[in-house]
Amino acid sequence: MAEQLFYFLIFPGLLFAAIVGGLLSWYDRKITAWVQFRKGPPLFQPFYDFLKLLLVKETILPKHGSKGVFLAAPVFAVFGASIAGVFILLPLLGIETGFKGDIIVIFYLLTIPSLTYIIGALASGNPLAAVGGSREMKLILSYELTFLLVLAGIIQKAGMTISFNEIISLQTINGAFAGSISGILLFIVFIFCIQAKLALVPFDMPEAETEISEGIMIEYSGTPYAMIKMAKYIMFFILPAFLIGLLWGGLNFEGINILWSILKILFVVLLLTLIRNTNPRVKIKQAIRYFLVWMNLLAIIAIVLSYFGL
Amino acid sequence: MGFKEFCFKKSLWLFHFGGASCNNCDIEILDCLTPRYDVERFGMLLVGSIRHADVLLVNGSINQRDKSRLLELYEQAPKPILVVAIGACGCTGGIFAEGNTFAGPVDKIIPVDAYIPGCPPKPEAILAGIVKLLNK
Ligand code: SF4
Repeated sequence: MAEQLFYFLIFPGLLFAAIVGGLLSWYDRKITAWVQFRKGPPLFQPFYDFLKLLLVKETILPKHGSKGVFLAAPVFAVFGASIAGVFILLPLLGIETGFKGDIIVIFYLLTIPSLTYIIGALASGNPLAAVGGSREMKLILSYELTFLLVLAGIIQKAGMTISFNEIISLQTINGAFAGSISGILLFIVFIFCIQAKLALVPFDMPEAETEISEGIMIEYSGTPYAMIKMAKYIMFFILPAFLIGLLWGGLNFEGINILWSILKILFVVLLLTLIRNTNPRVKIKQAIRYFLVWMNLLAIIAIVLSYFGL
Repeated sequence: MGFKEFCFKKSLWLFHFGGASCNNCDIEILDCLTPRYDVERFGMLLVGSIRHADVLLVNGSINQRDKSRLLELYEQAPKPILVVAIGACGCTGGIFAEGNTFAGPVDKIIPVDAYIPGCPPKPEAILAGIVKLLNK
């Protein structure tokens, strides 16, 4: 029991994932600044933001709205993200092997943060938050099928095994899945799914700050917003880590390989950042079409190709 | 300086309220976010919702209609919040001070922590004002 709690709260769960995610989010902001020829924020900026929200700022509750749900939603977001983080990181860091079928569990756990954002937004009673919530809902409906298809493709490539650990060890023996044509297609689709899951540009319409002033986050302030930030930091680390585990041979922490593992994560985050910096926000209709038609098509092509062993 | 205050000063999020301005000050404020001046170096971000704001930037003359909105915004902001009046209009009323819709400079309506005069103030002046605010 103590061991499980340690896994959940400190390593590799809540604390570790949040710290690494915070550093990655600094990296994301720094790259963004460089792309725009700026200097960018200092290294500990995400932590200053988090601590400021947690310790200094007042928490305001909406007058018309359900206060309990409004406050509970961010807590559930952090829990969902860190449980998903534990299930992803335990096999990835080689601490424990996980269990059979954990990919399916992770898939469902990864949707919890987005769902709780919707619930919190709708509980706030703000009309702009409701618009953001409905957009997020449509976004989930469109990318979730694609995400499932990608997982199906990976499971097929791994010879119908649904254990995360076995998929990683298969790749250490036979080489990474991303080395084949179908693997590359799955990698591309996965990247766009992450982009939508993290609500980064071009799929940031739930939080579009210029049209609906931060949408689903509009009413959050103080501690609950700090929790949301934390959930976002965690997601920002575990989703790229999940991608690397599934398609790019996992992480390895022996000797010089540690550098290579860190570079892998930084590369995936770099891709996300560059996509977010070079694209405009699309309309929700376009996003739905993009996922339901084009991304699903790519994923299905990848599944067919992997059936023929390509 | 306590730890809390340190974190607060390291991460000021700005919310921009433009009253009945001639739009010049608004542009100069946005200039501070551009590559040349880049206030994100100091951890400042422009946010879209007053609930996330730490600094309320007010520019332009405040007329009868703006007055109630500015008050409402100030009340909706989570405390502690710093208010900065930007431009001659924000500080004193500037060229609009004699107008019959004018409802008083910003400090008559809400407490102001820093004044940045100029018509419009240069981005350098805005940065200097922010630095003074940070050292206060
Ligand atoms: S201070 Fe000058 S530049 Fe600024 S809004 Fe007023 S008139 Fe325009």
